[in-house]
Amino acid sequence: MFGIKSPDKKSTFDVKRIRKDFPILHQKVYDHQLVYFDNGATTQKPQIVIDTINKLHTQHNSNVHRGIHYLSGQITTMYEESRQKIQNYLNAKHDHEIVFTGGTTASLNLAAYSFGEAYIKEGDEIIVSEMEHHSNIVPWQIVCDRKGAKLRVIPFNEAGELLLDEYKKLINDKTKLVAVVHVSNSLGTINPIKEIVAIAHEKNIPVLVDGTQAIQHGKIDVQDLDCDFYAFSGHKIYGPTGIGVLYAKERWLNEMPPYQSGGDMIDKVKFEKTTYNDLPFKFEAGTPNYIGAIGLGVALDYLQSVGLDNIRNYEKTLLDYATAKFTAVESLKLYGTAVNKVCIMSFLLDNAHPYDVGMFLDRAGIAVRTGHHCTQPLWSHYKTEGSIRASLAFYNTFEEIDYFCEVLNKIKKMFE
Amino acid sequence: MTTQDIQEKIIEEFKIFNNLMDKYDYLIKLGKNLPSIDPQYKIDGNLIKGCQVRTWFHSTIKDGKVFYDVDSASALTRGFITLLLKVLSGRAPDDIKNTELYFIDKAGLRESFSPLRANSLWKLLTRMQSDAVLYGTKKL
Repeated sequence: MFGIKSPDKKSTFDVKRIRKDFPILHQKVYDHQLVYFDNGATTQKPQIVIDTINKLHTQHNSNVHRGIHYLSGQITTMYEESRQKIQNYLNAKHDHEIVFTGGTTASLNLAAYSFGEAYIKEGDEIIVSEMEHHSNIVPWQIVCDRKGAKLRVIPFNEAGELLLDEYKKLINDKTKLVAVVHVSNSLGTINPIKEIVAIAHEKNIPVLVDGTQAIQHGKIDVQDLDCDFYAFSGHKIYGPTGIGVLYAKERWLNEMPPYQSGGDMIDKVKFEKTTYNDLPFKFEAGTPNYIGAIGLGVALDYLQSVGLDNIRNYEKTLLDYATAKFTAVESLKLYGTAVNKVCIMSFLLDNAHPYDVGMFLDRAGIAVRTGHHCTQPLWSHYKTEGSIRASLAFYNTFEEIDYFCEVLNKIKKMFE
Repeated sequence: MTTQDIQEKIIEEFKIFNNLMDKYDYLIKLGKNLPSIDPQYKIDGNLIKGCQVRTWFHSTIKDGKVFYDVDSASALTRGFITLLLKVLSGRAPDDIKNTELYFIDKAGLRESFSPLRANSLWKLLTRMQSDAVLYGTKKL
């Protein structure tokens, strides 16, 4: 691909070798070796993604789909190749089912606006879950307000698992869409998407999946899941910021009106009437973030070179180890104990405010997120305001978990 | 004592700490001794907007002096509030308005907080001073 290097395939999983690919991890914070446990907020970038972005700017930059000149043709090819990489990664049926956006939030807003315009009317119902990120609640609330529709909510149990029996009860003739998160960003729960989709499809109700916290942890097959929409962000999967994807089945993209309008999304513009471009360009108005899109493709190449099975297996061992170590910390309450979960450890320490704990962790060189993590309804369920969240990735180590728990024990003593 | 005397005393107190963790530890201890806000004032309407941590604020004026009732969900913030109240609570509006709070920098407290938390604490401080100004002009 025009001199953009593909990563070498790694034969066995060696975390020490993996860490060498991520330059940011090798720094000290307040005289401590950085422990980056904030991967739920954003993941770090491997050198190959950083180099690619630099090379694109220094050697290949030009606008896509615009010029007949050499550079424009070159970058357009790379941009469209990246779309195909994402198609392959998701096992989507067509590459035009992959719409580039600015991130998951943009993807969800696109889906909510366009789907809402096409299909939602007064009295209709949209189902979300109690564990959604605000970005998969508020756009649907806005649609409901605009159209006079109603938002229904799937509850979850204390472990943080969706109650499917309650979900089934919510479905009725008024239900027009189910919008649900694949993996909870606050609890780590992996929701049974295939089952959720199958239940909705029995009544011909489409399902949108927020895949932001799932995409980086293993293989996603949208045809196997049979979901109608799948949204994710590039920066959560070791790619650049400002790039995201909305996968949607061809049928929906054909039927839905554009969300944003402007250059590139048109076929013909006349003052009397404008006709729109083919898929997916109908939904990609203006100059897209082509550098980000190509960088995202390289990030997916990198993950595949590490091996998605390797990543999943290693992260499972991290999860098991972290669960055992965290639960051994006295007065620590863990939130999110689902049977199926990713390595997201959300917790509170008795008597200590999450922000205070987060600050002490920071001074020990440990990066975590504190607060409600944009899931206020989820924390209302637990009658608390939020948590301390340690979210791990495949470049994290058992030693880091040991150090984390050692620091936690010290912090705990300060608040006794 | 003047606000300057109290600030100097705080600066002296903090000089004994060799490292940041000891400072935090001291702030937590101070926070533990801060009386809780009167429950009637612990309401959403009294939350300082934009604070990362829920912080309740109420002020009154009695015999020409402004008294603050402040509380926070965070022990560290409570420690910082204790210091602010030591300097500012129970003083005349003009005194509060004209006090330059140099102890925050000199006791090395500003560097102790992340920019986000420092911003939250700044909002609290601004509220204390703006209420004092309003009491001074009899608008509250």
